[in-house]
This record gives sequence, structure tokens and C-alpha cells, in this order.
Amino acid sequence: MSELSPRKLSRRKLITTGLAAAAGVGGLAVAARIADKYGLVPPDHGGFYGLGATMTYAAQRLLTRHSLAREFPRSMISKPPFANEVAPPSDAFKRLQAGGFADWRLTVTGMVARPASFSLDQLKSYTTQSQITMVQCEEGWSYIAEWIGVPLFRVLQAVEVHPDARYAVYFSMEPDWWDSIDMADALHPQTFLTYGMNGDILPVASGGPLRLRVPRQIGYKSVKYLTHLTLTDDLKKFGKGLGSASPESGYSWYAGI
Amino acid sequence: MADSTYIPRAASAVSRGLPAAIPTVTPPARHSALVRITHWITTVCFFCLLVSGVEIVISHPRFYWGETGNDLTPTLFKLPIPASRDLVPTGYRYVLPDENGWSRYLHFQSAWVVIFIGMLYVVRGLFSGHFRKDLFPDGADLSWRTVGKIIGSHLRLQRPSEAESSSYNVVQRLTYLFVIFVLFPFVIWTGLAMSPAFVSAVPAAVNVLGGQQSARTLHFGVSLALVIFLLVHVGMVWLAGFRSRMRAMITGRMITGRASTRTDLI
Repeated sequence: MSELSPRKLSRRKLITTGLAAAAGVGGLAVAARIADKYGLVPPDHGGFYGLGATMTYAAQRLLTRHSLAREFPRSMISKPPFANEVAPPSDAFKRLQAGGFADWRLTVTGMVARPASFSLDQLKSYTTQSQITMVQCEEGWSYIAEWIGVPLFRVLQAVEVHPDARYAVYFSMEPDWWDSIDMADALHPQTFLTYGMNGDILPVASGGPLRLRVPRQIGYKSVKYLTHLTLTDDLKKFGKGLGSASPESGYSWYAGI
Repeated sequence: MADSTYIPRAASAVSRGLPAAIPTVTPPARHSALVRITHWITTVCFFCLLVSGVEIVISHPRFYWGETGNDLTPTLFKLPIPASRDLVPTGYRYVLPDENGWSRYLHFQSAWVVIFIGMLYVVRGLFSGHFRKDLFPDGADLSWRTVGKIIGSHLRLQRPSEAESSSYNVVQRLTYLFVIFVLFPFVIWTGLAMSPAFVSAVPAAVNVLGGQQSARTLHFGVSLALVIFLLVHVGMVWLAGFRSRMRAMITGRMITGRASTRTDLI
């Protein structure tokens, strides 16, 4: 230490720091290309918060591709069940509701071999499954409920998804309410098309007659009043190209945290 | 410590035939460049995390213990503030604007930056001897008497002596170690324990805390502890001499040319 003058020391430090910074920038560029290739870049990666959004999505996707959301014993189901407030239903919804949702349809289109339209009864003809999982709102509150339905992957198997499809985009009957998930979540065994809750039909307040449950993400990804689902390899074609209605109103597309 | 590096340098100045007492000799840096850079990046991140964290809390200023909690369940405690959502019963007639979108983006982005900066600081601190020399307390100082004396002088708002300017006292060392190795890891852990995806891969992270709402309440508690640390930290900097301490943390240098500093050090 004492052999080096402060000036020499600072020059050496400057050079090593400069090299480290250059390596860092180069490394980032390479990392970005690899991340994109392996589907680790979210559609809302642009802008000031793109770095954080990408880091979270990439890290969690690597860590949680096959992990299962925690399931709880029946005794932990929240009583009374909590239902977040929703806007008053549209006239179209009210008409279907008056008919007991007999005419409710879920259309599945896009990159599939056999586009299809499912009635609720057709969805219920698949083996019914249930999960007792938690809904967590980004605001901070939470509740546990039993969710009854059919795993989305069963329906995706029936329509035969094209191997190049990368995302499932899904739409509520209510306006400006749509979202999307990557195939890891779309094919995940706990991603459910839900038509029942706590041993009964799914109440309208909780998203009935049909709600997509994505239990490994924050509540807003579990879109209520599901009527349409389409498979795609490019989210730019939808809305403002940010992957869902959430980033358009300032919320992140990926909501695993 | 600063004195052990200072003395040989002064000696080498003499051996090169320079007068030892001239004030132009560059004194040893009070804080290394890495400590200074990581300190200020952490400061910016902490401010972003605090502002966005407050924004997120006001959307639901109720806290619970256990797995779940919502407007229909009893609270552990609630903050006496209005909320940014009209669903929350706060007793106030007005609803604050909802700013959770950018708040969540900013919160997680700042968390990533501070995690990388923290890792850089810790790894470098281990190898450079920063923790050993500057932060681990001397065995002789670890007595209630010494600790009590220091706290007493702080409570009387006494300015620290010149000797204390060049090295941390035992209370400072223990506080910084507690913040670096207890509070920061715990705030990261409790934050991750709220992530539904993270706990799907590592369920123990939330289970050992007693549930997701417990994790949220603990996250709030640790954040509060960090804010209290920040206030005391800034208060002490003010007391010790705001300009000289800021100068030391920005440029690395103490104000030079004071004979008393040197005699105290030796």
C-alpha cells in the first residue's frame, strides 16, 4: 500500500472500474438477447421501469416454472368469503344472467388446430377439479377459497395449441378488461377455468359464471366474466402491445410479486 | 482503522524527504470509493422504496396476523389515515388517488438495484477487510459501560470528539452491523414472502413467518425500524457536523490540517 502513491492507485482503480463497467454493459446486452430467446422478457419491458419488470419476470420464471401455489386445508377457507367490488354489469351481461348463463360461451381461437366455443355445460363435462388457494390483491388484502373448475391445459389440449404459441390472451365480457399469461402459466396445472367456489356455483361477485384463476400471480390476473381466449406468439397485436389492460393503466403485466 | 493506515503513510512522506507537517499531504480516505458509491445508490433506492411503500400501504392501511386478512376480518392494527380505495372502511370521507401502478413498478425496481448494490458492498466488504476493520467492534469496547457512556453522550447531544471522526464507536459499529446483516436481509425476506410466485417455489419463506399477512405486517415493521435508523443516522450526522460528514461521504476526505486530529489519532 505505502509503495503506491494515491495518484497511481486511483489511476489503476479507474482503469479496472472502466473495464468492469464495459464488461457489465456488454454482459447486459448478451443477457438481454438470451433472455428474449428463452421468453424471459415481459411485454412491458420498455420505459423507465422495464429493467425491474424484466428482472422480476425473468428471475421468477426461472425459479417458478413448475412450482405449485400453496394449497390450504378446508378449515382455512375465509368465512365469510370476500368479494372485491366490481363495476355494475353491462346490459349484455344482465341478459345472459337472466337466462341462467345458458348462452354463456367461451370461445378459444388463435394459434390452435381446432378453434372452439364452449358452453358452461361443456366445460363442466371435463373432470371437475378443485384447489384451495389464496387470492392476493396488490392492495394488500387476501382471502382463501376453494376454486372449482377445469384446468386450462385440458381445454388447450382439446383445441390443440400450435407449438409456436407463446401467450394465452383472455378477455372479460366487461369492456377494457383483458390480460395474458405465458405458456408456463397457461399450461400450469393450477391455472383453472373456474365455475364453482366453496362447494357452490361461482357467485357473480367473485367472477361467475366463469373466471380464470392464476394462483401464482396477484389477483388482477384472475380476470372475471371470461368469454374469450386466444393463443398468440405476439402480444403486440393486442391493445397497446403491452400484453394486457394492466400496463395500459400503469400496472405491471407480470404480477408474480 | 484510519490511524493504522495513516501513520505509515506519514512516515513514507518523511522518508521521501517531504516535510511531514504540511497540510497538502493527502490524508487517508475516511470512506472508500466503494462505500461512498454504494451508500448513495442505497440512499436513492431507500427513498424510492419508502415513497412507493407508503403509496402501497395507503391502498389498504390495515394490518393482520396469519395467512389472510381483508375488510371482513379483524385487524392486528390499522393506521389512522385515509385509504386510496373506497372499499376500505377508514372513517374518512375522502379517498386518496390510487398510485399503486407506478409504486409497485418503482418498489420492485429499486429493490433489485439495492440487492445488487448490497451484494457488491457485502462481498467487497468481506474481502477488503471493511467489516473487520471498520465495523466489527473491538472486544475491549464491548461492555455495557462503554455502550452506556456513548449513548449518554448522544442523549446529551454532545458533539463527538475529533478522534471519533475517523473511526466508528462501538454503538455505531453495532448499529451498522444490525442494519446491514439483520434489518436489510429481513426486509428482503419479508418482501419476498409476500410474492405468490416466490413462495410457490420456496413455501418455507412464508410459512415460518406465520403466513402471508404476517409477512406483510413484519415487512411494515422492519421498514419502520429502517426509517427510525435513517432519522437517527441523519440526526447524528447533523450533530457531528453536517458539512464535514457529507464531505467525507461524498469526496472521502475529512477536513484537513488540524493538528488536534493527528495527536488524537496517535
